[in-house]
Amino acid sequence: MTTKSKSKKSADILVNVENLKMYFPVTSGVILQRTVGQVKAVDNVTFFIRKGETLGLVGESGCGKTTTGRAVLQLYEPTDGKVQFEGTELTELTSSDMRAMRKEVQIIFQDPYGSLNPRMSAGDIIGEPLKVHNLVNSKQEYRDKVAELLSVVGLSPYMADRYPHEFSGGQRQRIGIARALAVNPSFIVCDEPVSALDVSIQAQVVNLLEDLQEQFGLTYLFIAHDLSVVKHISDRIAVMYLGHIVEIAPSDELYFNPIHAYTRALLSAIPIPDPTIEKTRERIILEGDVPSPLNPPAGCVFRPRCTKKDKCKCAETTPILTEVEPEHWVANCPCCMV
Amino acid sequence: MATKTSKSSESTTRKDNVLLEVKDLTTHFFTQDGVVKAVDGISYNVHEGEVVGIVGESGCGKSVGAMSVMKLIPSPPGRIVKGDVTFEGEDLVNMEEPEMRRIRGNRIAMVFQEPMTSLNPVLTIGRQLTETLELHQGLTGQTALNRAAELLDRVGIPEAHQRLKDYPHQFSGGMRQRVMIAIALSCDPKLIIADEPTTALDVTIQAQILELMQGLAKELGTALIIITHNLGVVARYADRVIVMYAGKIIEESTAEEIFHNPMHAYTRGLLASVPRLDATEHVKLQTIEGLPPDLVMPPPGCGFKPRCQQKSCKCSDTPPPIVEAKKGHFIVDCKCCRK
Repeated sequence: MTTKSKSKKSADILVNVENLKMYFPVTSGVILQRTVGQVKAVDNVTFFIRKGETLGLVGESGCGKTTTGRAVLQLYEPTDGKVQFEGTELTELTSSDMRAMRKEVQIIFQDPYGSLNPRMSAGDIIGEPLKVHNLVNSKQEYRDKVAELLSVVGLSPYMADRYPHEFSGGQRQRIGIARALAVNPSFIVCDEPVSALDVSIQAQVVNLLEDLQEQFGLTYLFIAHDLSVVKHISDRIAVMYLGHIVEIAPSDELYFNPIHAYTRALLSAIPIPDPTIEKTRERIILEGDVPSPLNPPAGCVFRPRCTKKDKCKCAETTPILTEVEPEHWVANCPCCMV
Repeated sequence: MATKTSKSSESTTRKDNVLLEVKDLTTHFFTQDGVVKAVDGISYNVHEGEVVGIVGESGCGKSVGAMSVMKLIPSPPGRIVKGDVTFEGEDLVNMEEPEMRRIRGNRIAMVFQEPMTSLNPVLTIGRQLTETLELHQGLTGQTALNRAAELLDRVGIPEAHQRLKDYPHQFSGGMRQRVMIAIALSCDPKLIIADEPTTALDVTIQAQILELMQGLAKELGTALIIITHNLGVVARYADRVIVMYAGKIIEESTAEEIFHNPMHAYTRGLLASVPRLDATEHVKLQTIEGLPPDLVMPPPGCGFKPRCQQKSCKCSDTPPPIVEAKKGHFIVDCKCCRK
């Protein structure tokens, strides 16, 4: 496997997100709650995902990557914007239509400990979506399907009667994956699926996700903060900062030709496990912290940490994502683009 | 990086300046389910001014090993059952608690993983800094506060004098870790043990903190032990690397040797299982099958045996000794695990 799923990737767009906004109100007072502000968790995010491809979404904590994933799946009701799945506008669906749609779109959660009900057996957890969507007709069919799902994710069918606490972290994450696969979806949002795992276990789960993609033709939105894992698994990568996407490019292009100042800093901050390379590598150390999304800077959100901020004139206009090279989109702030 | 290139020549002349000597250190936890052999006979040295990285997966004993050096193991259930820890010629294992307190935070300082929980939320930052200064250096009042402000300034916190009155919740995660480093530095320690100092932080903040720690350690000639599971961090900052697995040290050498010429099957597996940012083509990640062993009943002999790739493994039931395979490259002498 030297070239990943790129060859079978088609040009069809499966998920199309336009100007997605997700604001959370900040309230004050006990009985008569007043809205005193808004957290702009996701602000004007636009991207698309092609059939069979993996789009990686990276960024630091609090940048809105998880919120984006959940808003795409309508687990949050977006404040504004469009989310189209195979041409269907998800934001306009009624709740019963959306429930039927959930057979197509699934999610794998980060925390393998918190996302499984401790009082349900592994078999019941995996089988629940089958019952909810009436996908099985008999008890025998149900048991067979659960056993099949367990073996697909590399667990033994006899483990169906065990409870979550009897599994290790990596095995629990496999249960979460099997649960997502139960309804035979075409699109899965993987929300930090390997962040809680040790490196050797992380590799097992990453490989499993890649194998399943090949086997079932899945499309992934892979959300993570670890850029090396994201680069490994993704065809294209979107970099988020403070609720905005600052750059989208094919994985290799993003690593070898990063344009936005934040992407460059992020790449240089990640150490490569090779002391010889590390000695000669350029390091860009960003100053300061990420501003609060409660009161984000006007204009370019990266401005407070920008190295050219003294000469910077981007306080007034908000940069727009522009295609500077084929397939390579950057927020067009003149000081941030290198 | 001129300082790094001169490192190898330095380390040969530095041979004798052993600051910390850990010998056959064994820490067990006596629980209801049995005796957890968290650290099982580890030996290593730290020289003056050296940066040592200890890597391993969760539960391999890397933190317990460091806590044992500081004698911070909660007892019961934990206890150092045998072994020696010698710091600047003094035996720490048999040292009485009042004397140990004079060393902790003074000559050996520690930076913990959780900047959120390792600071006291009801005391001001200034008070937490002056506490150490009062106890170990006898500074009081305004002198102590001035010194505290100086320390905050040194770790890159702006408006240090005003911020002394602030409480931990008024600082961000990265800033809190800077405060922790300021506290650790306050008495000019000879050794700082950093236990996963950046695991809870974002990558850009991680880079800030590690650069700061490395810079200050170099400037003050402080030795540094960085405990982490991140191989990249070790490659970037450590002079020497210790790899731990199931409570034991399985390989130890210079950073260059460990990353370019790993000898133990586990080290090689670990390196191959991390995706690399600079990879040009997509290669499937290698995995190490199975799980680390239960430390209540670790396998007799080589700890890696249950996950060993060699089907015809005929390891004996006696634990293999550590041998020097090459000059400065130590490895567990197990026939199947060695390359």
